[in-house]
Formats: sequence, structure tokens, C-alpha cells
Amino acid sequence: MKAKIIITPKKAVFDPQGKTVENALEHMGYTGVEGVHVGKYIEIDLADGDKEEVRKKIDEAAHKFLSNPVIEDYQLEIE
Amino acid sequence: MKFGVLQFPASNCDQDAIHAIRHLGHEADYIWHKEESVGDVQAIVVPGGFSYGDYLRCGAIAQFSPVMQAVKKFAEDGGFVIGICNGFQVLCESGLLPGALVRNKALKFRCEHVLLKTANHKTPFTAGTPHDKLLRIPIAHGEGCYFADDETLKKLKDNHQILWQYADSNGELTDAANPNGSINNIAGVSNATHNVAGLMPHPERACESLLDSADGNLIFESMIAKLAGVSEAAVA
Repeated sequence: MKAKIIITPKKAVFDPQGKTVENALEHMGYTGVEGVHVGKYIEIDLADGDKEEVRKKIDEAAHKFLSNPVIEDYQLEIE
Repeated sequence: MKFGVLQFPASNCDQDAIHAIRHLGHEADYIWHKEESVGDVQAIVVPGGFSYGDYLRCGAIAQFSPVMQAVKKFAEDGGFVIGICNGFQVLCESGLLPGALVRNKALKFRCEHVLLKTANHKTPFTAGTPHDKLLRIPIAHGEGCYFADDETLKKLKDNHQILWQYADSNGELTDAANPNGSINNIAGVSNATHNVAGLMPHPERACESLLDSADGNLIFESMIAKLAGVSEAAVA
């Protein structure tokens, strides 16, 4: 099994990396870009098990450690 | 007084902190990150650096080290803990201090002296700083932009937990004086009980005139004076 976690900065937190990438895209001529948010992606290889149990555990880890809820949001997928 | 200075893999301001405390005539010893006790120290410095390579997020891994469990207990019992730069990030990640530190707004690593206004003079970290004194202390960080949501910021203000703010030479909290985009020019905060504090600037790098400023001593001397008072009260 695999856990895939996408971590993004909260909207209320100014994201200078995202803003810089957005400016660069505009500078390169890509029009219509209305916002860029730079986050991170974590993939965890897991032993097979009950999907819901695994989700619960990884969700806890994502909340306590993999992301910082003060500044980040995350999405979790178990495959 | 005896200070303990934590040592994580890739701490790099630990020796400076030891020097600053010893320079003031007090004892200071390292505490290795695998220790499960902080021993007989009366105050703890969580030093600057790049603990555990700053992997995942600055300070994120250090919070689970054995020594940090002992530091949490020490803090819960009212012990004085000060986190400097990466140490501030570690204390925020550990939940010992509110808020978080994110990438500097201008994306630049800033390494320069700044001026700090003391916003609350009634804490163990600030009581010895004269009211009209601006502290001249260096910063050196890429991720020192302090962030807290509106609710947390309100609590910080209500409980007087904002200890230091970036200011200009007139003591004004201007954008130009703010090196990293921190909300409300916040350079350092404390917990609600004012026994744990963190700041991005490095007081240990401003501990003698040879280093261009000795203003950092005012912070350590405040802690030492308060500890001396506590010891006297205990004896009485």
C-alpha cells in the first residue's frame, strides 16, 4: 500500500515561493495564472493492511508531524 | 547559575551560547539530544543551527528527540527555556510556543544587525532591559517570518506574550525595520506563563563589545537575576 500526502501552505499564510513562481510565469508570457501555491508531496510505502485503519494512523501522523497545522493544509490518499 | 544548552545534530550556535553564559560568570554545559533528562540545570537554551538538517520543516524533527520530552517537562514545571533562531522554530514546532516561522517574505537569507523594541518588560527574559533601550542584536535566518492566525495573535496581545519587535532607531515598528515580514514586526514571543521564550535574533552573538554589541547580555542577565531571586525565595 502507499500513502500519498500533499501539503500546501494555508491561504492565510503569505507564500513568497508561490508568489515568485507566479511572477516568473507571468514574465515568461503564461497568461491567466491567478495564483501559485508551492507545497510538498510525501509518499509513504506501507505494508498491506486494513485501508481505514491505515488511513487513520497516517492521518494522525500527517496532523501531528508531516504537516504543521498552524501554517499548512494537507490532503491524504491511501492506495 | 547553571544553564544547559541543547545539542542536536547540526546545531551550530551551541558553542556561542555556552560562551555567552560563561562570559557572564555562570556555568553552562551541553545537553546531547539523546539525553532523557536535563539534569540539574536551572535554565535551558535551545540554540540556533539547522537541527536534523531542517528536514521536513525547520525544527520539526527535533521536537521528537528524547531531550525535548525532558525540556517539555522542565517547562511545564516552570523552568526557564529560551529558544534562539532554530531553537525558536523547535519550540514553536513542539507546541511550547504559539505560532510558526515561515520563509522570509522577500525570500532572502538576512544576516545583519537589527534593533529590537522590548514590548513587555515584566518577564524573566526582559525585566533587566531598560524601558527606553533598543537592543542591537544580529539576525541570520532564511525562515524567520513569524506567523500566527488572528485568534492566536489576539491571545498573544491580551496575555502580553509579544516580547520583542523589530523597530527602527526611533523605536517605530515600521515595515522597513522588519527584516522578514513577521506579523506585527514580531521578533520573539513567550508562552502564556512567560517562562518559555523564543526569538529569531541571536543574543549570544551580541555578548561582548568585541562583537560590536553586548546588548544580548541584557536578556541572559534578566534570566539570571530572576533565577537568583527564585533561589533566594526558596532558601527563605
